[in-house]
Amino acid sequence: MTFLHKHILGTRQLSAQDITMILDTAESFKEINTRDIKKVPTLRGKTVVNLFYEASTRTRTSFEIAEKRLSADAVNISASSSSVVKGETLEDTARNIEAMRPDIIVIRHSASGAADYLARRLDCSIINAGDGAHEHPSQALLDLFTMRQHRGRIRGLTVTIIGDITHSRVARSNLFALTTMGARVRLAGPGTMIPPGIEKLGCEVFTSMEEALAGADVVMMLRIQLERQGRSLLPSLREYARFYGLNRDKLQLAREDALVMHPGPMNRGVEICSDVADGGQNVILEQVENGVAVRMALLYLVSGPVADNP
Amino acid sequence: MKTVIRKGRVVDPSRGRDEILDILIVDGFIARQGGSIADDDAEVIDAEGLVVAPGLIDIHVHLRDPGQEYKEDIASGTRAAAAGGFTAVACMPNTAPVNDTLAVTEYIKNRSLRDGLVRVYPIGAITKGLKGETLVEMGELTAAGCVAFSDDGRWVADGDLMRRALEYVKPFGVPLVSHAEDTTLTAGGVMNEGFVATDLGLKGIPWVAEDAAVFRDVMLAALTGTRLHICHISTRGSVDIIRGAKMAGVLVTCEATPHHLTLSEEAVRGYDTNAKMSPPLRLQEDIEALWRGLADGTIDVIATDHAPHHRDEKNVEFNLALNGIVGLETALSLTLRLVEKKVLTLSEAVDKLSCGPARVLSLPGGSLRDGAAADIVIFDPEEKWTVDPRGFLSKGRNTPFAGWELPGVVHRTLVGGKTVFCRT
Repeated sequence: MTFLHKHILGTRQLSAQDITMILDTAESFKEINTRDIKKVPTLRGKTVVNLFYEASTRTRTSFEIAEKRLSADAVNISASSSSVVKGETLEDTARNIEAMRPDIIVIRHSASGAADYLARRLDCSIINAGDGAHEHPSQALLDLFTMRQHRGRIRGLTVTIIGDITHSRVARSNLFALTTMGARVRLAGPGTMIPPGIEKLGCEVFTSMEEALAGADVVMMLRIQLERQGRSLLPSLREYARFYGLNRDKLQLAREDALVMHPGPMNRGVEICSDVADGGQNVILEQVENGVAVRMALLYLVSGPVADNP
Repeated sequence: MKTVIRKGRVVDPSRGRDEILDILIVDGFIARQGGSIADDDAEVIDAEGLVVAPGLIDIHVHLRDPGQEYKEDIASGTRAAAAGGFTAVACMPNTAPVNDTLAVTEYIKNRSLRDGLVRVYPIGAITKGLKGETLVEMGELTAAGCVAFSDDGRWVADGDLMRRALEYVKPFGVPLVSHAEDTTLTAGGVMNEGFVATDLGLKGIPWVAEDAAVFRDVMLAALTGTRLHICHISTRGSVDIIRGAKMAGVLVTCEATPHHLTLSEEAVRGYDTNAKMSPPLRLQEDIEALWRGLADGTIDVIATDHAPHHRDEKNVEFNLALNGIVGLETALSLTLRLVEKKVLTLSEAVDKLSCGPARVLSLPGGSLRDGAAADIVIFDPEEKWTVDPRGFLSKGRNTPFAGWELPGVVHRTLVGGKTVFCRT
């Protein structure tokens, strides 16, 4: 079987076979990350540009490490140092970068659709590292990888995602990928953070966190922000923590062995209490670890058939 | 100077006529019409097999002149109008500077007389600088030629100010024109609120932003007894509110755009910035409600909201793209598409594009009666063409209809008996 996608713009476009192939490929890369010499020649001679218009520590570092472990030449461009500040348009910046013949551009941008925008205008492969409130496919795929690692499967799992669904690209990408793989997805959050019509994407929506948690196999907490574009969606973080924060008592409503996940960065004491974040059911750092392998898989697969196996 | 338009199908809803006639034009005016007019001195325009209708009038156009001539100017905008079969346009005041003073109104009038191919009627601002704070000198501007007042693009959010504007303008006999959207409810939105926005991760604009603003404005028109025209309605609710108000005798009229009558929010998929407009494209149910509103007379006018932008203002991330599309060169065809779909008859289509606009803003035109200025469009209602923005006479190329095959080809446009556009 070959991987037919030139770009990774979202999980929306991926079939169950695609996702399985990505997770299986990541599985084979994971071992490299535990070796003494963590480098394979798979993408030797390939150039990857990490074009980050939004601040990011975890995702950018994870992509960069993935690129280096595959022997690609990685270049980082971040918004603060880039020509965005000088008023250049996204298209011009991207075309200038393309003129230097990279093989892959990894883009993070605050505008929904920014990755699609580049894919329609450039010849190289585009990997979406998060576009606005739209998609963050590598995050969702590493989440699925982590779930599969612990449960052996995705199909049939009940995954509860709690927080600001409206502004969460992580929630959307997980929703698309999980439903494609046959999981049941529950969403919960305050009324101001549930986007209209989301249930049409094949999930169940709850306003009660307790109901959403009942019997869940996975509990995924999202980072909360008090204000969006200068408008408050909540009276206070204190009240949010009371109704939608995850603590030990609420976690008991889920399955005894439920996994606790968080895409980071965490607001301890707001959406998640420290005793849960650091507790026995948390797989938060495993998510981060698996992120490198999943991103290696994505870089490898969009590069097309290459001679060397990992 | 005499011209005879021969054997055209004369469709003139202002007089309920639809028949094959010759029309004799003498010195720019319609002298007479009849079964067969023989006049050896007259230039002959053969219109056999074509529709001859009163020139189209677009009461919602952004000519961008003065100040944003890189997008459009009076010369290019009126060329585009003539090519689209329009013989008159009313231009919105959000220019730079805003049309809120005599100087700007006179500039537009003078420049139009010099460079304009069709008649240009300025619409003045309701408030100075479109800021929603202080009333414009609407008396002086009416005397100078403004045919209506509008803060188009911005709703007059202060209800008391809008009330005073309606009361103040009433004796001058011109209507106020409202872009009715409550900006506290649109806040940051870039497309219709609903499933597609959720799917694309874009911030939505709920229908209530329009309905609530339409309702307030219509009630203020009822209170003050002043004529009020609501721009580009896009929701089911707006149609219902205005239908009810008309039945109650409120002096309210409204328009819909060809794009809101044709496209739904689905057009935004792929982040097409040419599907970004204000108000946003809505749902199929809303489109069908607009169709019913057109057919039952709730919607008086089809107006384009012709909004030319530079390529660089649309070729950006969806959030950053400016609102609006060009419309002058596709409006007739998109309206004839509604005739094909049996939403309107041909005569009703001409009414919405010509007679209705003339009635709403009390403009000359919209009729082919004897003695009227010879503002005439001659078109083939059935011939198909494929929209290619590169061929537009407007400076704007921003249209979501590129590549669409549409019915209706303009053969000739006459303003005051003079040909201002002729198909080549």
